[in-house]
Amino acid sequence: MKFASRLVHFDSSPGDPLRPMATPIYQTATFEQEHADSFGQYDYSRSGNPTRRVLEDQVATLENGTRGFAFSSGMAAIANVTHLLKAGDEILADWDLYGGTARLFGRVLPRSGVTVRYVDASDQGKVEEQVTPATRMIYVESPTNPMLRIVDLKATAEIAKRHGLLFCVDNSTMSPYLQNPLDLGADIALHSATKFLCGHSDVTGGVVVVKDAKLADEIYYLQNAEGSALGPFDCYLLLRGLKTLKIRMDVQQRNAIRIADFLSSQPGVSEVFYPGSERHVGHSIHQAQARGGGAVLSFTAVSAALAKSIAENSELFRISVSFGSVNSTISIPLKMSHASVPTEILTTRSIPESLLRLSIGIEDADDLIEDLSRCLHG
Amino acid sequence: MSDKSFVQPSTLQPATLAIHTNRAYETLSNSILFPIHQTATYIHDTVGVTKGYGYSRGANPTVNALEQAISALEGTATAVCFRSGMGAISTLCLAILKAGDHVLLSDVIYGGTTRLFQQVLGNFAVEYSYVDVADLDAVAKAIRPNTRLVFIETPANPTLKLADIQSIAEIAHKHKDVLLAVDNTFLTPMLQDCLGLGADISMLSTTKYIDGHNATIGGSLATHDAVLTERLKLVRKTLGTIASPFDSWLTLQGVKTLPARLGLHCKHAGIVAEWLEANPRVAKVNYPGLDSFPQKALAEKQQKGFGGMMSFELNATTEESLRFIDALRLCTCAESLGSVETLITNPATASHCDIPSEERSRLGVTDRLIRLSVGLEDPRDLIADFEQAFEQVFGGAK
Repeated sequence: MKFASRLVHFDSSPGDPLRPMATPIYQTATFEQEHADSFGQYDYSRSGNPTRRVLEDQVATLENGTRGFAFSSGMAAIANVTHLLKAGDEILADWDLYGGTARLFGRVLPRSGVTVRYVDASDQGKVEEQVTPATRMIYVESPTNPMLRIVDLKATAEIAKRHGLLFCVDNSTMSPYLQNPLDLGADIALHSATKFLCGHSDVTGGVVVVKDAKLADEIYYLQNAEGSALGPFDCYLLLRGLKTLKIRMDVQQRNAIRIADFLSSQPGVSEVFYPGSERHVGHSIHQAQARGGGAVLSFTAVSAALAKSIAENSELFRISVSFGSVNSTISIPLKMSHASVPTEILTTRSIPESLLRLSIGIEDADDLIEDLSRCLHG
Repeated sequence: MSDKSFVQPSTLQPATLAIHTNRAYETLSNSILFPIHQTATYIHDTVGVTKGYGYSRGANPTVNALEQAISALEGTATAVCFRSGMGAISTLCLAILKAGDHVLLSDVIYGGTTRLFQQVLGNFAVEYSYVDVADLDAVAKAIRPNTRLVFIETPANPTLKLADIQSIAEIAHKHKDVLLAVDNTFLTPMLQDCLGLGADISMLSTTKYIDGHNATIGGSLATHDAVLTERLKLVRKTLGTIASPFDSWLTLQGVKTLPARLGLHCKHAGIVAEWLEANPRVAKVNYPGLDSFPQKALAEKQQKGFGGMMSFELNATTEESLRFIDALRLCTCAESLGSVETLITNPATASHCDIPSEERSRLGVTDRLIRLSVGLEDPRDLIADFEQAFEQVFGGAK
């Protein structure tokens, strides 16, 4: 079945004799046991919930994995996979990471003796060079947030395989519609489901998808032990949002291409970062591993003052963190999504103050361009 | 920060409107989405003084947010939302009719509407009769001195027969106090501006395309007549037919993708209709976008798209036609329409089962007629599903 059909055709209520079209919301904490000493398929919603199970199976299918896991946030999903490591282990991470991930890596993981070293993962030679006997995991985003840098996922997966490392890819900016890291050799694909998977800004959630059964068992063990799974109502909303993933992203991407073109021609704009653009660094690698440029782009204005004024004067782009929603948003990463990056890392990352990140929605592109045009020309 | 509370709807495109209609934010939290006001009652500031919301049977902020979104699509100042499409029609009738009044109905019309008149309003001495809305002379002749409402469906469920809204509005408005209401469920205001064409009232079952995800049951009415709007709200409060907060919230989320969904529904339906028509197993396809459709010119005149609904008959017996529906794997046999999933039904045994067989056949709703609501699946998968079902029912030979 093609992707568009898979999004709407799946067993939405396994075993339910009433056969409802929409997945029932099992808003229950516990399940009655038939006997005092034996459990049915479900016993306690932290360990398993029928609504969540439908979602987890669906995301596993969409990412071409075998098992999926839903978490209460993207950060909970990332925290889960880092807990596969133990004290003394090391993560080799690309330096351009979402601010929340950088905070987890820089301020939380060190407490449990897991260290993170940063590398420019767009340079394969450097990645291989930086692997040490303590390295257990390579962690990247591609395209990265907010600079939209491209990491060669297949080549990185080969390095990971050569050294027996877990390779984990945050696929939030692409979604399974545009990129499938597991097919490229990654061991773990994870998402902030808050973004494109949900698409309507109504759920905070995360998902992890893997192929390997043993790895899946470990992740499940941690999900249950730490109590980080997504609630039933959020699972229901996410299942609902997922059905329009393709049609939303098709429109968003089409709009993004037009907006990237428009911005490139503007005197107030210094540089546009959009993976769908032929001029973008790493474009050919991206084209080989993904099916489109997506709907997140960033650009530098000629001055930080102009950047701030664009964000504040736009009417349709709402100033907001997060991305991937049906409505367009604008942010100044340095002050918003990446304000949590530890200062020692922030200085080396050099995210310009004049950088604006746009997440393009499904509004009419003419309205969006008119809005930006008005902001750029005062 | 700039004030983003007021964007003039008239300057925006439909795709934008569907997302940005409601900017009446809860100012306390700046939440990007309207909150679900799942509350029955509201605290009074002082005895008898509220902020406009007293009891959720009368009005509710989340329901009102949905009403703003629908009114933006309808081009009206406001809209009135109901627990179901039938809740909307019955509230409309009870708001404007009295014993002895007459209602003129499309002869091909949703079975639930027929049932409302036959089983309920008939008991209150409301007269009603049916007319072939494709015959404008017949419509003019069918209006009686006591006619108060002309209620039509176009395209009609399930034969897709069209009614010329502009001409029927002119006929209705030659008479004092005759209102024209159009059930615009099959197209929505995005594809057919029935108020702009002269109708007094636009009615929607929001369960269908407006929600689009089979998640809610709901209905709406919209009119430019402010007095009628107030009357509808009063009767809604009296009857208790208002939409629920959670359903309204879900519908608000659904309406955001309406423009994106509708475009694809139309595109996919066009592909499927042409494929069906060219297939020797198919005797007849009713779809306004086909050259063979007798009222295609009218569709082109008053619609902005041909929609996602069609019906067809196979070169087969009723029994074989029903087996064909059962043999489908991707197309789901379920009532309702307008959702992301393709739904298929046999109107004679489902939506129109209350109408006597002879009457049904005369109107084109034959026992073997199949109604199809084309969803957002890749149409190649739908066509493959039809092919495998034909194979199962008829074998390989054509």
